[in-house]
Amino acid sequence: MNTPIEGSPLADPTPVANLHLPALALTPSVDDRIPMRRLVRVELRKAMDTRAGRWLIGAISGGTMIVMALMVLIGVLDGQAFDLTDFTQVASFFPMSLLLPVLGVMSVTGEWSQRTAMSTFTLVPRRGRIVVAKLATGVILACGATAMALASGFAALAVFHLFGGAANWTLSAQAIVAFTLLQIIGVLTGFAFGMLILNTPAAIVAFFGYLFILPTVFMVASNFWDWAESARPWIDFNHAQVPLQSGGLSGVDWVQFTITALIWFAAPVALGARRVLRAEIK
Amino acid sequence: MSLSVEAVLSPPQTADMISVESITKSYGDLTAVNDVSFECAAGEVTGFLGPNGAGKSVTMRIMAGLTVADAGRVTFKGRSYHDIPNPGREIGIMLDASAQHVGRTGREILTIGAMTMGVPSSRVDEMLAAVGLTQSEAKRRLGTYSLGMLQRLGIAHALLGDPEMLILDEPANGLDPAGIRWMRGLLRGYAERGGTVLLSSHLLNEVELIADKMILIGNGRIVASGDRASLLGIAGGGGTLARADEPSALRAVLDQAGLAYRDDGPDLHIDATPVEVGRLAAQQQVVLIELRPLQGGLEDLFLAITAPDAREHADTMQTTTAHDNGHDGAES
Repeated sequence: MNTPIEGSPLADPTPVANLHLPALALTPSVDDRIPMRRLVRVELRKAMDTRAGRWLIGAISGGTMIVMALMVLIGVLDGQAFDLTDFTQVASFFPMSLLLPVLGVMSVTGEWSQRTAMSTFTLVPRRGRIVVAKLATGVILACGATAMALASGFAALAVFHLFGGAANWTLSAQAIVAFTLLQIIGVLTGFAFGMLILNTPAAIVAFFGYLFILPTVFMVASNFWDWAESARPWIDFNHAQVPLQSGGLSGVDWVQFTITALIWFAAPVALGARRVLRAEIK
Repeated sequence: MSLSVEAVLSPPQTADMISVESITKSYGDLTAVNDVSFECAAGEVTGFLGPNGAGKSVTMRIMAGLTVADAGRVTFKGRSYHDIPNPGREIGIMLDASAQHVGRTGREILTIGAMTMGVPSSRVDEMLAAVGLTQSEAKRRLGTYSLGMLQRLGIAHALLGDPEMLILDEPANGLDPAGIRWMRGLLRGYAERGGTVLLSSHLLNEVELIADKMILIGNGRIVASGDRASLLGIAGGGGTLARADEPSALRAVLDQAGLAYRDDGPDLHIDATPVEVGRLAAQQQVVLIELRPLQGGLEDLFLAITAPDAREHADTMQTTTAHDNGHDGAES
């Protein structure tokens, strides 16, 4: 009764008397807790095995190529001097910093809109472990994207050099760390918004509102009121990230970065995780 | 944890594998599940019966840790669901076969499940074959699946980890008659090898043929439970249907014995057990061509105890199509 079925499909799609249920010759014990490494691998696969996931990753790669090509073209035609940082910075800004957070949003909202949360949390009832695995997946994707930005920046600079552009090959380690950190913050903030809102379009809109509208509000407010201008560095996360983009954080920059990160990053992650852990899955 | 040969040879164990203890869950004023308790034993198929909205799905979601009960607890071999290190390897759960990503292929869905549980990917092919999904069907996106295929994939997913317990919410939903028969055989065989099965349904006839034990739920409360015979005892028996070669001869015999009966075409519905009728007919040398207990007893009981709780009138329970109930999980 336990003989395994041959790999070939059954001739009859409705095998009425088919009782062949091959039992596993199980070596891995059922008492083993699912290791976190395996959960991360599963989450990485889930981020890329749907059309939406593949399109997003394709759009990030394709968009980066187009932006790089444009930059080379402008640089050559305009006789500009570019260094590696210029290319990498542009590559990581667009489309990466816009689309990676969407990937972060969808890694959690997809579970709700497609109702896969039901089987995910049935197989891993300790939901906090899934949240951690998804956070880790976001970090891995952000690091991968930064590596891609570096590689494409390097390639673009090589092409630029080939066409006679004035190329400068220096790139500071600090800049690489800063790029990576910004991408990680982006994807994880998207993930946090996703957990808080649990609805794909609404979470994407909220994230872009946070990314584009909020800084404008802060800027306008600080132009009108002095108190807003002095408060802005302590509450505007995007503003606090500017020194990071332009090369380095000084002492007070770090403090402001940390405080704004607590408001706009840590708090949404914590509240969102709380919501996911408590939500009833239907 | 594969089911051993011993499990087949030894008499069914009576140990309770699943124990539901006084669970209660309210949504505002509505008490969806009200002090529900039951046990599921190894080697048995337990049928969880009740109309739509009676609280079956909520109970099952609580069992799987997806909904938190207001009170009570559920244990699997003494442990709560959250304390099971790798639940997919011990308990196969299918609450809603359509709750999967429509853009993933059937194979991909099973692969993700197998990866999570840590079972070899060869298990995916084995389970596809076991539920009768072809390789080309498995390569299609879930969005193109019929309800029956969804259900088969869901059952394959539940069986992936070779679990010793199965919890299936409306597994026969959307299956064609051959598919229902196939599933009945599959679950029967699974229980005979020592597995524990809990399956829900809103249709009595789906369950009574396969379940060793039935739990009837209505309006969030358990209204009756037990095996077929004891439930029929509650129902007061349904009498006997008999058809004689010469109906007039049988009528005469029944009149003589003082047994009440009524005509139903060529059949007689007799207020007695099949044994009594058979003996009488044999003594008086009346040729019977059909003799069986009337099903009405159990069905009447089911309708009677659940009717006040049913959302719609009882007759819709027989005619409601599987598709209408595809989202039973959204009850409550």
